[in-house]
Amino acid sequence: MEREGQARSQLKEEILKAIDKNSKLEAADLANMLGSSEEEVMTALAELEADSIICGYPTLINWDQTSCERVTALIEIKVTPQRGEGFDQIARRIYRFDEVESVYLMSGGFDLTVIIEGRTMREVAMFVSSKLAPMEAVLSTATHFVLKKYKEHGIPLVSEVKDERMLITP
Amino acid sequence: MRNPLNKKVTEIQPSGIRKFFDIVSEMKDAISLGVGEPDFETPWHIREEGIYSLEKGKTFYTSNAGLKELKEEICRYLKRRFNLSYNAKDEVLVTIGGSEAIDVALRAMLDEGDEVLIPQPSYVSYLPCVTLADGVPVIIELKAENDFKLTRQELLDSITDKTKILIMPFPNNPTGAIMSREELADLVDVIIEKDLFVISDEIYAELTYGGERHVSIAEFPGMKERTIVINGFSKSYAMTGWRLGYAAGPSVIMQQMLKIHQFAIMCAPTTSQYAAVEALKNGDADVEMMHDAYDQRRRYLVKALRDMGLECFEPKGAFYVFPCVKSLGMTSDEFANRLLQEEKVAVVPGTAFGDCGEGFLRISYAYSIENLKTALERMERFVKKYRK
Repeated sequence: MEREGQARSQLKEEILKAIDKNSKLEAADLANMLGSSEEEVMTALAELEADSIICGYPTLINWDQTSCERVTALIEIKVTPQRGEGFDQIARRIYRFDEVESVYLMSGGFDLTVIIEGRTMREVAMFVSSKLAPMEAVLSTATHFVLKKYKEHGIPLVSEVKDERMLITP
Repeated sequence: MRNPLNKKVTEIQPSGIRKFFDIVSEMKDAISLGVGEPDFETPWHIREEGIYSLEKGKTFYTSNAGLKELKEEICRYLKRRFNLSYNAKDEVLVTIGGSEAIDVALRAMLDEGDEVLIPQPSYVSYLPCVTLADGVPVIIELKAENDFKLTRQELLDSITDKTKILIMPFPNNPTGAIMSREELADLVDVIIEKDLFVISDEIYAELTYGGERHVSIAEFPGMKERTIVINGFSKSYAMTGWRLGYAAGPSVIMQQMLKIHQFAIMCAPTTSQYAAVEALKNGDADVEMMHDAYDQRRRYLVKALRDMGLECFEPKGAFYVFPCVKSLGMTSDEFANRLLQEEKVAVVPGTAFGDCGEGFLRISYAYSIENLKTALERMERFVKKYRK
């Protein structure tokens, strides 16, 4: 029984490693790659989703290459932690905004890193000044705009990948 | 005008790989599964160390046998991974890839007429190197029913009074066969009794699968003094273009190998040597990452080939599978050529690695899963077409 559990958690770990950089892998292919069955992989995936270990399957898009206007800003925020709640409540109030892409609690000189996506710099600035800064717990904000993205989620956004190898070698 | 050419050289047959390469190169947008090198780039921290050495002006010759620091790291590595003990001072030689090490070892050990046992299918350069060193190549044809391992009987049957060297090409390119500790143990007393020397090409030593770690034949009692272990950085650290390998063996042989290396080569590239130090010091995680990726592809490929109805023994090493296509009534060459013409997928005919590779194909899995998937879909269509 315990052994079965171990094999199962090992399978899950291997699945996570395999799809971390490529969520398009199909269950049947994953099963073949990991020496498992399609049903086992499907079950493991369902469990990982139910346990909020897999939280979604987003696509990594380099918006700079499209005609869509998009700006990203990183905002350092200092806040007053709430009694009994610590930073969680204020973090929750912030991440519920659709404009907010990511929120991290930080060590060091400030408390929260908030990453905002907007169509224009003005839109982002408005969001910070009208939504974030006035919050009661927020003591200060510092907004930094992203000029260019080079790499996200471990993947370089400008593709350098080209098979330079000769077609046939011994 | 006199014939400007050496007879031995002109009589060497061009490799079957070369012929096939010329055909494939003509074919636009072919998907190749014919490559014998990793698809990974050299891990960045290793490349960075090479670059740093250039910035610091490390652009001079190193000592002939290689950087002291690198030789010491090699010895530590061989001890750590394969339980082999060598002295960095006089038992290790850093070479231009494993290939030079094989050549130099043969030249240092062979006299005219000495026989060298070469198990095939195997890497293409053993045979010509033996010929160039005035040795006589004697082929041992490995069999699919033995999972392409070398058996005691096959070894015994091939030994004559003139046999001097046995080449041990495991983990094997092209079959993916490995030799376990027990299977090696079965050969060791024959080798010692018949007073043979072994050149053990262990370039794929890091790439074994299914929980079986590579065992070096040099580890057995009485074998270190008669074995030259060949290894390098190309496969395990994805460093093919750096051209860096090494040989480790008894100093009495290494001294003579060093002599040839010294006059022919001088020393291995300095930049590569500095990068290699970094690879051995901090590259274990990279090796593991690449190993695991190969293992996934291996499983994927074997399953897909078997699902197509092709007989395919489970390869436990390197990054090749070696399926049998005899059931389709085609020779290796026919299969490979037609697959290329009709489906634009390039695989290497087994015959490129010896006559006994007839009926087999070498398929490399040094490719992404997506790439393998597309190629396998095409191959499946092809196999179905000819199976009726």
